[in-house]
Amino acid sequence: MKKLIVTLTALAAVVTLGLSNVHAGSSRDYISIVGSSTVYPFATVVAEQFGKTTSFKTPKIESTGSGGGHKLFGAGVGVQHPDITNSSRRIKASELEKAMKNGVSDIVEVKIGYDGIVVANSKKSAAFKLSRKDLFLALAKDVPAGNVAGKLQPNPYKTWKDVNPALPNVKIEVLGPPPTSGTRDAFVELAMEGGAKKFKWIKDLKKKDKKAYKALCHTVREDGAYIEAGENDNLIVQKLEANPNALGIFGFSFLDQNTDKIQGSFIDGVQPTFEAIADGSYPVSRPLFFYVKKAHVNTIPGMKEYLAEFTSEKAWGDEGYLTDKGLIPMPADERKMFQDNVKNLKPLTMADLK
Amino acid sequence: MNNSGSPQGSGIKKIRTMDIVNKGLAKRYKRERRFRRYGLTAIILSLMFLSFLFISIFANGYSAFQQTAIQLEIFLDPQEIDKENLASANYLGLVRTSLKKTFPDVKQRRDKRKLYNIVSSGASYILQDFVARNRHEIGNTIKIWVPADDDVDMLMKGHIRRDVPESERRMNDMQLAWVDHLIEKGQVKKEFNTTFFTAGDSREPELAGIWGAVCGSFYTLLVTLALSFPIGVAAAVYLEEFAPTNRWTDIIEVNINNLAAVPSIVFGLLGLAVFLNFFGLPRSAPLVGGLVLTLMTLPTIIIASRAALKSVPPSIREAALGVGASKTQMVTHHVLPLALPGMLTGTIIGMAQALGETAPLLMIGMVAFIVDIPGGFTDPSTVLPVQIFLWADSPERAFLERTSAAIMVLLCFLVTMNAVAVFLRKKFERRW
Repeated sequence: MKKLIVTLTALAAVVTLGLSNVHAGSSRDYISIVGSSTVYPFATVVAEQFGKTTSFKTPKIESTGSGGGHKLFGAGVGVQHPDITNSSRRIKASELEKAMKNGVSDIVEVKIGYDGIVVANSKKSAAFKLSRKDLFLALAKDVPAGNVAGKLQPNPYKTWKDVNPALPNVKIEVLGPPPTSGTRDAFVELAMEGGAKKFKWIKDLKKKDKKAYKALCHTVREDGAYIEAGENDNLIVQKLEANPNALGIFGFSFLDQNTDKIQGSFIDGVQPTFEAIADGSYPVSRPLFFYVKKAHVNTIPGMKEYLAEFTSEKAWGDEGYLTDKGLIPMPADERKMFQDNVKNLKPLTMADLK
Repeated sequence: MNNSGSPQGSGIKKIRTMDIVNKGLAKRYKRERRFRRYGLTAIILSLMFLSFLFISIFANGYSAFQQTAIQLEIFLDPQEIDKENLASANYLGLVRTSLKKTFPDVKQRRDKRKLYNIVSSGASYILQDFVARNRHEIGNTIKIWVPADDDVDMLMKGHIRRDVPESERRMNDMQLAWVDHLIEKGQVKKEFNTTFFTAGDSREPELAGIWGAVCGSFYTLLVTLALSFPIGVAAAVYLEEFAPTNRWTDIIEVNINNLAAVPSIVFGLLGLAVFLNFFGLPRSAPLVGGLVLTLMTLPTIIIASRAALKSVPPSIREAALGVGASKTQMVTHHVLPLALPGMLTGTIIGMAQALGETAPLLMIGMVAFIVDIPGGFTDPSTVLPVQIFLWADSPERAFLERTSAAIMVLLCFLVTMNAVAVFLRKKFERRW
């Protein structure tokens, strides 16, 4: 027993020594990346490729969500702060402002491609033919009552047929991500707001009262028709298989991997396919980004090479390995533009966000 | 016996009590049996849940221990491979040339891409490794087994059905035909998946392994053990043997019990605020993970250690003091050795808890994609349960079975640790 105590004390000493070492050597020899869980599957592939083909260490990638990523990223310059943040939406003006206040003055924005958001159901039932207006009416908390402009009522619709007589007489049951998710942000912005704009008076409201407009378009009903199914998209796929009447909302890559079990609903007449999202005809797709701290490019080893790998044609090109993972590539000229931005490390300014 | 309702004599009254007892007896037996049956049902039910859990995990996961490999005939072109600079050769190109040679009729660019996709993108690294170890083979044609792509692997394991229409399948008819051709020639086999136990994380399921996470867990638990055991035991000994009983020690005792019930995510937030932001320790390091888990396991260890100290009979203490030992000698020579088995049991159970914990690690950046195997306390790393969490969220279907397989490995560790705890208790426990 005495021996054991001695060993443990020795161990504690080793650990304390390790602690003091950390303070001595305050440099980092690997790239630290944080941010969106949607960009995570793509960034990790590039990181792995980079780690295996170069002599640099493989970057560390944390999946913190877009908002959490920007918060960590904008906290300051120095090895204890991440070098790159992934984002499934553009950086907000408020986030950029905060970063600049903390000394992160030069940030390079890189768009990497597009991601489609699909509304899918089980193959056991027929594919839904929805419009964005249907989605808004079925999922918003308050919907326009009658044809009177400005009049609202709590969402009364119970079945899809109530929303649109052309749709099947099936209970509205949609499994989707919780409010913390970037996918949810993009869905309410692209699908629901897009549908709400079909009402002329709501469109006019945007100019008059932006707050009320946003509240109307972006608030999802809470009476059980929209079920928050957590951030795990695999789980949603499994639940759809078990319940043929339910619809699910998730990223395109999960549809791409499970085409034998689930099918994407038509939205405004277009089914989510690789081609339809790439050419822009599928309406619910969003750009994906990452942001680079310019001050770190020369201090962290491998930064330049990682950026070059990510922006190379073999990664994000039309036939690059990222497309195998479900990323929808940008058109060639847009790719060229961002490639040049990365080469010249052109920083983002406040004016760009307006 | 035919008198009804009229008062009876005392002799008959005695019979009546027996009657009541006898009459009620069947009912009481029945109630007894029913009670026992309730207990038995509860046990059977919990066993059923447990076995359901194990069976479903096992059924999903056992296939991950096998991996499909494809044999390629590769000509190690001396013009491609520079003997002085092996790393600069285009190994991917060599793998692709070999595939093209096997299927010479594939001409179109799109089809070629599909063809290249039937072997793993890791094939080129395996080839590179092989060449580095066997320089003399340059210039020869070699046969080498490389891992198949995860889609081929899923097909071989029956997770991709051949009978559904082509458009609904991950693999098209052409790819099926190629795989069938390779199977016929005996160039496809299933082998034990060593990669799973030796590699770090990867985005390609066929290249992903748990070794990185196991190492991360090891370093994290080492830090936790090295800190929480001495601190926990010292705290317990002081509180039990030396501390006076007053209001302060009462408050401390209540707070230790409260800490044991605090949700673990709170310790993560504390770790973020104190260790990362205040002390400036690196994110995602096992060192910080260990510190946070120390906070979490300390109350468990203190409570278990105090219970162990309490169970040492006072006569031992009195005897030690009686022959002239000091209080410190009494504790270190007599009480502590007798209580140590109980303390160790508590510690191991605390460690097992820490091994399965993810929530506090979320806040300090250990939920991350890490390919390189961590080699020390400050290298970025992740732990086993986090690895399971990350794989469960991956779109590729082959990660589903790997998730279950990783759960099986984690369960093995937990069961082992608990078994050691039980063994120690049985072996060293002394009853007075």
